[in-house]
Amino acid sequence: MSGLELRDVTKRFGTFTAVDSINLNVPDGTFVCLLGPSGCGKTTLLRMIAGLEEPTDGSIVIDGQDMTPVPTHKRNLGMVFQSLALFPHLDVGENIAYPLRIRGIDSVKQRARVDELLELIHLSGYADRGISQLSGGQRQRVAIARALALSPKLFLLDEPLSALDAKLREAMQVELRQLQQQLGITTIVVTHDQREAMTMADLVVVMGEARIRQAAAPVEIYRQPADAFVADFIGSTNLLDFRTDGAGRLEVLGGVIAGLQAPDGLGQGRISIRPEDVHIASPGEGHAGTVTFVRDLGGTIETFVNIGGTTIVAVTTPRDRTGIKAGDPVGVVFPPEACVVLAR
Amino acid sequence: MRREPPRNAADYAPIVFPGAMLVIFFVIPFSIMLAVSFFRRNPAGFYSPDFVFDNYARFLSPFFGSVLGFSLLLAILVAIICVAVSVPFTVLLTRASRRAQTLWLVALLSVLSLSEVIIGFSWSTLLSRTAGITNLFVAIGLMEAPRALLPGFGAVLTGMVYQALPYTILILYPAIVRLDPTLMEAARTLGASPTRAFFNVVIPALRNTIVATLIMVFVFALGSYLLPQILGRPRHWTLSVLITDQAILQSNMPFAAAMAVFLVLISLALVGLTVMAGGRREA
Repeated sequence: MSGLELRDVTKRFGTFTAVDSINLNVPDGTFVCLLGPSGCGKTTLLRMIAGLEEPTDGSIVIDGQDMTPVPTHKRNLGMVFQSLALFPHLDVGENIAYPLRIRGIDSVKQRARVDELLELIHLSGYADRGISQLSGGQRQRVAIARALALSPKLFLLDEPLSALDAKLREAMQVELRQLQQQLGITTIVVTHDQREAMTMADLVVVMGEARIRQAAAPVEIYRQPADAFVADFIGSTNLLDFRTDGAGRLEVLGGVIAGLQAPDGLGQGRISIRPEDVHIASPGEGHAGTVTFVRDLGGTIETFVNIGGTTIVAVTTPRDRTGIKAGDPVGVVFPPEACVVLAR
Repeated sequence: MRREPPRNAADYAPIVFPGAMLVIFFVIPFSIMLAVSFFRRNPAGFYSPDFVFDNYARFLSPFFGSVLGFSLLLAILVAIICVAVSVPFTVLLTRASRRAQTLWLVALLSVLSLSEVIIGFSWSTLLSRTAGITNLFVAIGLMEAPRALLPGFGAVLTGMVYQALPYTILILYPAIVRLDPTLMEAARTLGASPTRAFFNVVIPALRNTIVATLIMVFVFALGSYLLPQILGRPRHWTLSVLITDQAILQSNMPFAAAMAVFLVLISLALVGLTVMAGGRREA
C-alpha cells in the first residue's frame, strides 16, 4: 500500500472544528486538488499532512507508515507555501540547494542537482540571481524546484498560484500538471479556484464546512455532483426544487420533466442542471417563461429566463444565436439526461 | 514611498522646526563642549578661553586608556548579551497569544519606567550577603553559606543587562513580528530541525535588525554611569563616571569635555565599522 492515507483525521481549535474526521485514500502518483471555499479546512488538512499542525484525532499514513508522530523535517516531503517562503538572504541556487545542504550532500553533487532542477523549471543559468531580481512566475518555479530538490515522496502546495495574474496562472497550471506527470510524484494542491482544480487534478476533493463533500475525477464532479453544495461550488448551475407526483415523475416549477424518475422514496429534493444543458425553445415547448436579460459575451451567450418567479440561466454558443431579446416569451426544455437529482 | 523633490524654499518649511530644535539643543551644546575641550583650566575659577591640547594630552595615559578600554568592553559585552538573550525570547514571544504578548510588553515597559537608581539599589540588595539571593540558594541546599555577589564585574554586568534588556526587546519586536512565519516552516519541510531552521533562516533574515540593535544597546550602555558605581569597585567604573567626577567634583570642565569628545569619536568610529562590516557582507 503506497501513497497517502488519511484515517479519521480531525482538527479542533478550542470548540471550533476545522477538519472533521476526514478519510481519504490517495494512490501513488495521483494529483489531488483539495478544493473548497475559504475556511473549509483545506489548508489545515494540508498542514497536518505536512506535520506543521498536529491532528486532534486520527492518523496520517504515508507509504504504509504512520507519520502522525513524525516531525515535519523527517517526513521527506516538499511543500510550496502560498507566500512561497523563499529565503531572502540566499540566491536562487542557494535556495534550491538548501535542503541538500541540510542533508550534508557534498557541494559538487549539490551543484549538479541544482542545475538539473533549474533545467526542469526552465530557468537554467539563473543560479546566481537574487530572489528580488525574479518575476512572480520565476519565484514560483524556484519555490517548486526547492521543494522537489530531495525527490520527496509527497509534494504539497498551498494555494501556490494565487499571487500570479490570471494569464500566468493558467500557464503555470498546465506546467505544474506536466511536471507532475513527468515526475510521477503524489501531489496535493490546495486551491479555491475550481478551474485550477479541473485543469490539474486526477482526483478533486471538494471540501465544505470541515468535511469532504465529494471526492472524484474532475468531470464526474462536474457532471454528477453529490449534493447541492458541490453542484453550486463547481461551475454555475441551476438548482431547482422538485416534488414527485403519484407516478414518481418529477414536478419542477409547475411542470413535469418527462423521462426523469426520482429514486425510490424521495418525495422532494432538488435537481441541478448546468446552464449549457438548458435548451431554449419556441413558446409552447417545455416550461413557459419570459426572457429577462441577455448577456452576449461574444464567445458565449447567457440568457436569463423567468419561470414563475425563478430565474433560469441558459448558456448557448454564438452558432445558436437566436436573436431572442428581453421580454420575449420562450419555452424552456430541461433534457432529462442532463438533470442530476439531489436529495435535500 | 515616492516623493517629489523639494523645489523652492517653502518646500523645506516642514523641516524648519525639527531642524531648529536639533541645532539649538544638540549642535550648539556639542559645539560648546568641543570648544571647552580646548580651553585652559583655571584652578582659581572655572576655565579661560584658549586653544591648547593639554586636555587631550593628559587623556593619553595608561590610566585613562584602561578606563576607556574597560568602558568599551563593558558596553560591547552588554550589547552582545542583550541581543543573544532577546532574539530567541522575542521570537518565542511573537508566537505566543495576543494576550500573552501584551502582558509581556507591558511588563517590559514598566521596567523602563524604573529609574537607574532604583534598579541599582534593588540589585545591590538582591546580590548582598545579608538579604540576597544566595540565602535562597542556601535554603534549597545549593550553597553552604550566603555570600555577597557584589561589588564586582558580574554585578555591574547583571545590572546593566537588566536595564538594557527591555530596550533591546522593544527594538527587536517590530522587526520580528513582521518576519514571515512560513520561512521557518519552509525550512522545516525542507528537512531542517527547528533549531537549525532558527539559525539558518531567522537569524540571517534579521541580520540588519540585529546589527542595528547591537549598535543601539552599545551606545545606550556606554552612557551608563550610576550602575558601575553602585554595583562595582572603582576599577569597574566607566569613563562616564570619570567625566562626571572631573566636571562636577574636580571642576575641571575642559578635561571632562575632552574626554566626552573622545568618547563620542570612539563610539562613532565603532558604529561606523559595524555598519561597514554589515554593508560589505550585503554586497
